Formats: sequence, C-alpha cells, structure tokens
Amino acid sequence: ILSVLQFRNFKIIYRRYAGLYFCICVDVNDNNLAYLEAIHNFVEVLNEYFHNVCELDLVFNFYKVYTVVDEMFLAGEIRETSQTKVLKQLLMLQSLE
Amino acid sequence: CFLFHRGEGFNGLFLLAVASITLNFVKEAEIKRINKELANIRSKFKGDKALDGYSKKKYVCKLLFIFLLGHDIDFGHMEAVNLLSSNRYTEKQIGYLFISVLVNSNSELIRLINNAIKNDLASRNPTFMGLALHCIASVGSREMAEAFAGEIPKVLVAGDTMDSVKQSAALCLLRLYRTSPDLVPMGDWTSRVVHLLNDQHLGVVTAATSLITTLAQKNPEEFKTSVSLAVSRLSRIVTSASTDLQDYTYYFVPAPWLSVKLLRLLQCYPPPEDPAVRGRLTECLETILNKAQEPPKSKKVQHSNAKNAVLFEAISLIIHHDSEPNLLVRACNQLGQFLQHRETNLRYLALESMCTLASSEFSHEAVKTHIETVINALKTERDVSVRQRAVDLLYAMCDRSNAPQIVAEMLSYLETADYSIREEIVLKVAILAEKYAVDYTWYVDTILNLIRIAGDYVSEEVWYRVIQIVINRDDVQGYAAKTVFEALQAPACHENLVKVGGYILGEFGNLIAGDPRSSPLIQFNLLHSKFHLCSVPTRALLLSTYIKFVNLFPEVKPTIQDVLRSDSQLRNADVELQQRAVEYLRLSTVASTDILATVLEEMPPFPERESSILAKLKKKKGPSTVTDLEDTKRERSVDVNGGPEPAPASTSAMSTPSPSADLLGLGAAPPAPAGPPPSSSGGGGLLVDVFSDSASVVAPLAPGSEDNFARFVCKNNGVLFENQLLQIGLKSEFRQNLGRMFIFYGNKTSTQFLNFTPTLICSDELQPNILGFITKPVDPTVEGGAQVQQVVNIECVSDFTEAPVLNIQFRYGGTFQNVSVQLPITLNKFFQPTEMASQDFFQRWKQLSNPQQEVQNIFKAKHPMDTEVTKAKIIGFGSALLEEVDPNPANFVGAGIIHTKTTQIGCLLRLEPNLQAQMYRLTLRTSKEAVSQRLCELLSAQF
Repeated sequence: ILSVLQFRNFKIIYRRYAGLYFCICVDVNDNNLAYLEAIHNFVEVLNEYFHNVCELDLVFNFYKVYTVVDEMFLAGEIRETSQTKVLKQLLMLQSLE
Repeated sequence: CFLFHRGEGFNGLFLLAVASITLNFVKEAEIKRINKELANIRSKFKGDKALDGYSKKKYVCKLLFIFLLGHDIDFGHMEAVNLLSSNRYTEKQIGYLFISVLVNSNSELIRLINNAIKNDLASRNPTFMGLALHCIASVGSREMAEAFAGEIPKVLVAGDTMDSVKQSAALCLLRLYRTSPDLVPMGDWTSRVVHLLNDQHLGVVTAATSLITTLAQKNPEEFKTSVSLAVSRLSRIVTSASTDLQDYTYYFVPAPWLSVKLLRLLQCYPPPEDPAVRGRLTECLETILNKAQEPPKSKKVQHSNAKNAVLFEAISLIIHHDSEPNLLVRACNQLGQFLQHRETNLRYLALESMCTLASSEFSHEAVKTHIETVINALKTERDVSVRQRAVDLLYAMCDRSNAPQIVAEMLSYLETADYSIREEIVLKVAILAEKYAVDYTWYVDTILNLIRIAGDYVSEEVWYRVIQIVINRDDVQGYAAKTVFEALQAPACHENLVKVGGYILGEFGNLIAGDPRSSPLIQFNLLHSKFHLCSVPTRALLLSTYIKFVNLFPEVKPTIQDVLRSDSQLRNADVELQQRAVEYLRLSTVASTDILATVLEEMPPFPERESSILAKLKKKKGPSTVTDLEDTKRERSVDVNGGPEPAPASTSAMSTPSPSADLLGLGAAPPAPAGPPPSSSGGGGLLVDVFSDSASVVAPLAPGSEDNFARFVCKNNGVLFENQLLQIGLKSEFRQNLGRMFIFYGNKTSTQFLNFTPTLICSDELQPNILGFITKPVDPTVEGGAQVQQVVNIECVSDFTEAPVLNIQFRYGGTFQNVSVQLPITLNKFFQPTEMASQDFFQRWKQLSNPQQEVQNIFKAKHPMDTEVTKAKIIGFGSALLEEVDPNPANFVGAGIIHTKTTQIGCLLRLEPNLQAQMYRLTLRTSKEAVSQRLCELLSAQF
C-alpha cells in the first residue's frame, strides 16, 4: 500500500494506526521515508507519554498533543528526534502543571 | 477532523490532521450545547467578577476546543493575551496555544502579544522562552518578524542559551526568514550558526541544519563553510557503531533524520572542491550504499524505512553532483533491486529516483538495463501512482535505441490505462514518436494509432503537430495520405482522425489519386460520408478540403459544387459554415484555374519550432517530472553553480534591506526605499534614486499601463499587461469590502523564466486603507509556454485613491526583467448597487447638498456618445443604473454604496450628456469629499 498522495503542489504522507490516520503534508521533493518514520517516531512518543495512547487521549488532551508536536516539529521542520529527550522534556513540563 | 495546522502558509511540512476523530458534534443537539457553552463563557468573561487565572485558562481552553471542532470563535482573544503574563506554566501555555491557533490581526492585540513575548524571551526561563519562540514560529507574521528578527539570532548564538532553546530559536528564525527574508539581517551570527553543525547536542544540529539549508539556498557564498562541517558530521554519523549515538539511534539506524538533512544541505552546493572533503564525502556515500547490501539488523519496517530514507537521500545527492560515474551506476543498481521489492513504497520511490538517474549521461545506460522490469511494472502494479511513475521512467529512459519498444508498450498500455493519466501518456507517446523517429512512416503510424486508441485524449497540439510534420517532410506525404485513407475506411473513426484525414487528403490526396481504389471521387465520398456526424469546426475544415479538391481534381468539381450548393450548406444555421459554403462555391465558379491554383496552393512548410506538445506536457506536469534529456541537463547546471540563483543585487544590498526583498505572504509596505517610484511622496523618491543603479529596484510603471488601468475601472477581467515575453491576465471578484483577484502570468516564450518573483507594493500612503495579500508565492520557475496563477486577497479598510503596484522580476535567458504595473483595484470596486425610486433619489440628493459633498466635472467626450455603452459602463462601474428617475430621459443617474471595513458611504451620481457639444457633465454626491472626488475622476475617464 502506497503511503503518499499528491495534494495540490504538495504531497501528503500518511500512516494509519487502527482507526487513526496521521498525515503530514510536505513539499514534493521532500524525503518520503524520512517523514513516514517521523510519524511513527511521533506516535511512539504519544504512546509512551499517554501510556498506551487511544483516540480519546488525543481528543481530551489536545493541548498536550500540541506540546508534543511542538517538541518534535517546529516551523514545519523536524525539531527533535530523540524520544528520550522529548519524553524527558514532557515530564518536566508535566511537573509544572 | 482535528487540525494541527496553525496560522497560514507553513512552508515545508505541516501537520495536517489526526483524522477520524469524528465525534458527532454536527448534530443539532450538540450545536445547541455548544452555543449554550459559548454564551456561558461569554458571560463569565463579561461578568463583574474578575476571573482567576485558573478559570480564565479553563474557558480559553474550552473555546479553543470548540474552535477545533469546527466552530467559529470570535472572542476570547483578550483573555488569552492576559494569560500570557501569568507566571504559571499551564496558563501561559494555553494562552500561547490559543494565540498560535487563532491568530488575530488586531493591531492592539498584536502589540500586547509582542510585549508578552518580549518579556518571556528576556525571562531566562527556558520553558517560557520556549513557549514564546514556538508562538513566533507558529504565527510568523510580519509584525512579529519586525519585532523579533533582530533579537532571535542573538538568543541562538549566545553562549549561555540552553540547548532546547537553541533548537527552538533556530527554527523560529527559519520561519521568520521564510515569511520575511528582508527583515532577517545577515551578520556576525551567520558564521556562528554554521558552527552549530559541530554542536554536541544532535537536536541542536538537527534544527540548525534546517536553518542553514534554507539560508544557504539564498546565500550560498555566505554559508559555503557549512559544506566541510556537514561532511565531517555526516561521516561521524555513518561510521558510528549503532550504539554510539544512543538517544538518536532509531531502530539501529544512527540519526536517520539528521543524516537526511545533512545530505539535503549538501545538495545546495556543487561537489566540494577540496579533495580531502570530497574524498571523505565519497567515502560516506559509499558506506551508505554498502550498508544497503548488509543484512538488516532488524526485521521491523521502521528499520528498513529509516535506513532507506538515508539511502534515497544519498542517491539524490549523487544524482545532484552527477560527477562520479561509479557512484551513479551503483545507485542505479541499488534502485534496480528495489524495483522488485515487495514493499510498494520502495518500488514507487525507486521508479521516481531512477527517472532522474536516466537523465545523467553516466547512468543513462545503466537505467536502460531495467527496461523489462519497468514495462512489467506498467502491466502489473496495482496502484495507479506507481504505474504513473513507471510511465515517467519509460519516458525518461527512452532514446533512439529503445524508442520503438517503449512507444509500442505505452500504446498497448494506453488501451487499458486509467482515464486520469491517458492524456499525459498520449502527449508522451507523441513526443517520443517525433523525437526518435528515424523513419517518419513509423511516426505517422504511431500518431494514427494514438488517435484510434485514445482519440478523446488527443489534444489539438498533437494532431496539429502531425500535420506540421507531414507538411514539412515530403518523403512521408504519400505514405501519410495512403495511411489516413485506409484508416478512414473504418466504419467508426474518431473525429480527430477525420480532421487529420481531411487536412492531409486536401493537401496530398493527389499523391494517391492514381490508384483506382482511391480515386478522387472515392476520396471525396469517403470524407463526405463522415461529414454529417462531425462537429462544426471539423465540418468547416472539411469544406476547406473540398475546395482544395476542386483545385486538385477538376473532375469532381461538379459533385462538390452540388454539395456546396445544397441548402444544408448554403443556408446552414452556423454562420461560419454558411460563409465558407458561399465563398467556396463562388470561388469555384468565378475563379480561373490559375487563380484557383494560386489561392489553394499547397501549404508552405511550417517554421521549425519547439514542439507545442512538449510545452503542453511541461505545463501539465511541472518541470520536475518532465525529464527531457537536454532540459534536465540545462536546469541542473544552473543548480550546480550555486543552488537557486543568487539574487541579482545581492552585492549591493548586503547591509541594506534589499528593496527587492519580496513581501510575499504579506502586503505590508516595505521600508521606504521600495515605495512605488512614480507617485511616491517625499523622501521615498530620493531613496529610490540611491538605488537606481542596482538591478533590483522596482521598475517604473510599464508604458501604456495607465490606459490599461483605466480599462479595468468598469470591468473585472481581461489582459492587464503584455509584452513579447510576458502576459498578465486578471480575473477578479469583489463583494462588499473584500475582493479577490486571480492573476495569471503567461510565459509567451519557449524558455523558462527563473527567479520569477511577483511582489505587491502598497505605498505607505495607501497601506492603511487598502490591504492586498498575495496568498501564496508562485513557483520561481515558469516554464516556456506555461501559465501560473496567483491569488491576491484584497480588503478595503477605508477609501483610497492610489492603487497598489504589482512588480514582477525574473530572469529570462541571461537578462534580468523588471516590470511594474498598477493593479486595477479602484474604489468603485467596492460598490454595491442600490435601487431606489425617483423621489427617494432626489430626497437623498438634497440631503447631500453641502458644497464639500459634491464634485462636478465637465469634460469632452473621448469616445462616441452611445447610450447603451454609457449604460453598460455605469453598471460596470458598480452603481445601480436608475431608470425613469431623472426628468430628462437623456440623463443617467446611478446610486450605490461603497463598502469599506470601517464605514459605508452612500453615493449618488448623475451624468448629463450634451450631444451637440460632445460634452458631459458628471456630478457625484457622497457623504465624503474624498470619495466624491475619486469616483468622479475614475468615472470621467471612461467616456
């Protein structure tokens, strides 16, 4: 199954996890596989952070999801790829709540 | 659907959606509940009791949630801004999030937001600094760039900045550079940023690499030192043991994303000149290729994806350098293996990469060895996108040696191809058949086959081209005539075949007329048997064929005259057909044989020119996917000499904000130097002079542009500007105080325009009153014959006089082109017509009787004074044309309301023509003098 779609002047790279589709829209000349794995990396962080993440975790904690996104992606670029570092930072932020 | 998309115009990547969160909030009951909740929140915000931080956060968060569910939110911004000054992380976070998602251009709010950001940036609290930077990076507006573009580089390179803050600062700066490059000053910090490639923290290196890549694309010289640093960083990564990088090892692959980014950065430059660096890079690339052959360290798909992500990027770099035959061939062999892989993604990517490899002289032959696999892919792949890539690759690998095979395979695929890609395949087959035709009979056969198999998808360009070629080569004319004659025998043949057949037999039917099986009468009857089933343009073409027959074959003249004379021709309802029948009949009767022979002489050869089909294909697919051998080479060599071309004026604009710096994405006025030259006031003009030697100064308005401008006052669509190179067309629509203008840039040449940069300039004077936003930059390369479109959103804030200027700069061949035209955005575009009865009109007319409210102009008619034309112009102007209002029926009166954001202005107008004197008197009455004045000026120029 192909995991890339043309979308206007961009392409959408997506990955499906059960009922959830995670999509990333990138320039056509961007590296498909790198972004495909960026999605997985992100999902693994979500899973760890929410302890077996499910759809409702994402809905009701949408603001935390944004925090996770901000740690890993910023300004349309990959910011941090180390799961350990991201999770450490997220736990630190959690402790401020 | 859950949108992560914040603000507008993210470049590169944006997270779109975590879909399928389909809570049934659409139900009516839910909408009611939401409205109730909104009312509740509103009352809390408005209540007498001041809310504590916690409640404020709670409600702002709820609003955000409701917004994300797809409802409009028009309040809460102030409360969100208040949260920014809280000292509690959670409150601050929600405040920033709300602002990032629901950006609001209210200037008072922006001041407050920027103030809060400034405080947080200065707080030395890394968490708060992070929040502030993320907010700037998400919004990225021009106001933020103005406020922070100078500050962020300092944060980025300061010795005591925490790593996580550096990461955010780097990407934040990248975002500002993308939206407002003119506001990000290059300086000492650039060299220190390059050294971040050596940073111990790989997260910092990752973020910095993105920043450097983007900066290097525009300023290759300044970031040249990044090459050797990137190579040594890459080398350390690829040679590391899988445990060395710990946190950054992903499924046994060391730092895959960083590797990809470093390889991308290197693609901004030609191969390194320093032999040591070059050797080290070659080693890296070899190591990456070697690793692809090693047994996988894990069976997980994550492992192979990460590994192959790096591999594909390495191959891209090898192709980009296009200088190491050994590496190119190895890359090709590796991709060849992937062509047979069980993962669809890999097969797809391999086909895609091979397309570019096919255009390198070093690897073209190696790519060709995979032809059978690719043909097989065309036949067996289940996903249409993959088949499409296979078609692309076959096209790219085609040359004289394999053209017959490839064309045959494409033709046979065409019979079953998906409708969505048929036209493209037709174009490709037509191009290949022409380009590699040794034997033109093969070419003719191929095109006729195309028409037979996929006639509906054969565009005009294709069948025009076959006719051009047949006319230009006399060795194929007899064969062509014979072949079309045979093809036309089929009981049902496509109309395109009738067109080609009609044309070719009309020109060269005599070449086969000696054969009794294709005698003149038989040829004529054959064509005429198709006549009644054809559309009007084809019939018109056939009528021309008939008159050519009269010349070629005098023996069928009576038969043809009978046909022309019949009622169905001479009295045809279609004026074109009727005219042709009448004229041809007359011509055949009165003209002597000599005259007839002269008039209907064989068509002269067409001048040789670039195939219009190729232009069409490029237009359809965009440059990246059309791999024309020579073309790609040419484009590539431009890249090698320093990535996207350096800005023409980069030397003169080193330390000054370059006036050419584009404002794409934001319509705000540039710093003074770029004010539009002809009408800029005061100091602006002086500064323009200072720059007038540099190429990037905005050009003065193109000659004739004022006339063109005036033509658009009463209409919205048409051609705004045209010279030998460029045509600019407009299509616009206005509603109340908003407008949208579609600008079409057409490249009239067959050569690319490079660095094509349209910029919208609103002078300082104009800017607060009329706002224009270019919604999206256009691609900097405009292919020959192509047309690109851009949308400008317009908002009228209050009444205005001057119009924004559109400046277009591009490179054509070796020359720099610079064109400025006024965009016809005039006050009357924001008219809403108002119908009213006679007595209302005069009552309002009297109410507006202050001398300042009335403006009158008496002027000589410049055009014939035609009542209907005048009416059309007044309606086109935007006001309602009120009939039976003025006691004098010769006069015209109109009424309407000008909508601006701040106010609505009622307007009445009266136009009194004086036929004898050829004069008009135009009177405008509105509640605002400036408006009366401007409308009067605009309308007076129309008659």
